[in-house]
Amino acid sequence: MLRLLLLLAGGCVLFFVVKQLYTYLPEPVLRRLVRFWDKFFLSLTWLFAAVTVLALGFIIFHILSSGIPHLSPRLFAVNVTLGDVSMFPAIVSTVLMVVIVLAISVPLGMFTAVFLVEYMRTGSWFVTLIRSAAEILAGIPSIVYGLFGMMFFRVFLGLGFSILSGSLTMSIMMLPLIIRTTEEALKSVPDTYREGSFALGAGKLRTVFRIILPNAMPGIFAGVILAIGRVVGESAALIFTAGTILQIPSSLFDSARTLTVHMWRLSSYGQYVNETYATAVVLLLVVLSLNAVSGIIAKRFTKT
Amino acid sequence: MIKFDMENIDVFYGSEQALKNVSFSVEAHEITALIGPSGCGKSTLLKSLNRMNDLVESCRITGKITLDGESIYNLDVNHLRKRVGMVFQKPNPFPMSIFDNVAFGPRTHGIKSKRRLNDIVEKALRDAALWGEVSDRLGKSALGLSGGQQQRLCIARALAVEPEVLLMDEPTSALDPISTGKVEELAMELSKDYTIIIVTHNMQQAARISNKTTFFLLGEVIEHGTTEQVFSNPRNEKTEAYITGRFG
Repeated sequence: MLRLLLLLAGGCVLFFVVKQLYTYLPEPVLRRLVRFWDKFFLSLTWLFAAVTVLALGFIIFHILSSGIPHLSPRLFAVNVTLGDVSMFPAIVSTVLMVVIVLAISVPLGMFTAVFLVEYMRTGSWFVTLIRSAAEILAGIPSIVYGLFGMMFFRVFLGLGFSILSGSLTMSIMMLPLIIRTTEEALKSVPDTYREGSFALGAGKLRTVFRIILPNAMPGIFAGVILAIGRVVGESAALIFTAGTILQIPSSLFDSARTLTVHMWRLSSYGQYVNETYATAVVLLLVVLSLNAVSGIIAKRFTKT
Repeated sequence: MIKFDMENIDVFYGSEQALKNVSFSVEAHEITALIGPSGCGKSTLLKSLNRMNDLVESCRITGKITLDGESIYNLDVNHLRKRVGMVFQKPNPFPMSIFDNVAFGPRTHGIKSKRRLNDIVEKALRDAALWGEVSDRLGKSALGLSGGQQQRLCIARALAVEPEVLLMDEPTSALDPISTGKVEELAMELSKDYTIIIVTHNMQQAARISNKTTFFLLGEVIEHGTTEQVFSNPRNEKTEAYITGRFG
């Protein structure tokens, strides 16, 4: 491995040295050199691409091969007791959490983006402020959100370990993503549509709701699906806010673990490694299919 | 009867002056052609008349523009744009059905009755000489039409709100000669009922269809008069030079 890296580094250094000499070389030699470097860098990009794909492929293969043999009815049992391995309650909690998070973060983020793109002047200090706030929010590690959710929603607002605390925390986490994707979707609606609408005497509100949002919908939808994937995949922020109790929540104020948290719990017991892998299979399939759906929608969006 | 009257209009984009002291008036039920080389301010003037320039952040307008004797800045901007329709350089139908495109304007101004909308859409499409080509596929997407059809659809869309004035910003520059001919014929036909102001780079087009011609150069009106006079007997030598193709 080290030898391979040295070889690569040496190749690159050689490339820049030889490049300095190019002007002194006779034409046929130069042409062959150029062709050689072309091939060299082409194979280099192939190599790196292959490493990426192999890494992903290996992870997926590993999880599937270790998990699928252990998928059993016991893992989907409806009635559970504390300390059980069934992921059924966790699936219910996950779906519930996704619904609540979307109900909060989508309207909020979408209309923030509409405000930023359609109503504010580009480059005003207020837009810059909101946009950089969103960007900073996007960069904060999820465990920090968890701590914030714990202090604010759980303790200060007294919501305790609950689906609601977790959902509110996750909603804040999702805002930057929703805002960003909606902004991009809005910007991709051609200005000629706006002009056409205004020139017919339509006001801003009608233009936004009848012309711009319908055309931006596929892009917004792709962002929403990405957000769903993020909620399904989140664990750190939820451990502190939604808690880790394995139960089907009977109200929003009940503590419950999502699929990812469930996986973390199972693995920390030590004796349920196989069950953990089986749960991971389900989780992986959910996230992969969400990404695929998002990709398909985004593709259809760019076509029209 | 004077429809639009402009007095001493200056338009600035930031620190750049796009129009300098422009004054002339537009008669009702006539076609007024605005000609001049690119960047001379024709389109800017057009956009000032229905206040589309309001959308440009750095734009500042001084001077007096009146529509039927009333300053356009005293009118509600959406109502002004209902009275003064616009057709753009590139056809810009909305990505919805042909029917919905034409019905968008009337619906904006509060018409909901399905039967009235049907009547309005049919009349607008007939007026735009498009009815025969699309009557059997009103529910299909407008983006499936050819460029020339799209532009006539945009004209129909503008007509559907029953404007008094129609502003056309190089409406044929993206069209082939046959479609261009159709749009020109249409403009002449429409001038019976509407006042039309058309920006064009095509001298023959201006000569063919307009009653009045205004020649712009570097943001100033060099000459304004009947089309016949401007083309056959220009008062200003710059006008003559431009029309005969010596520059521009």
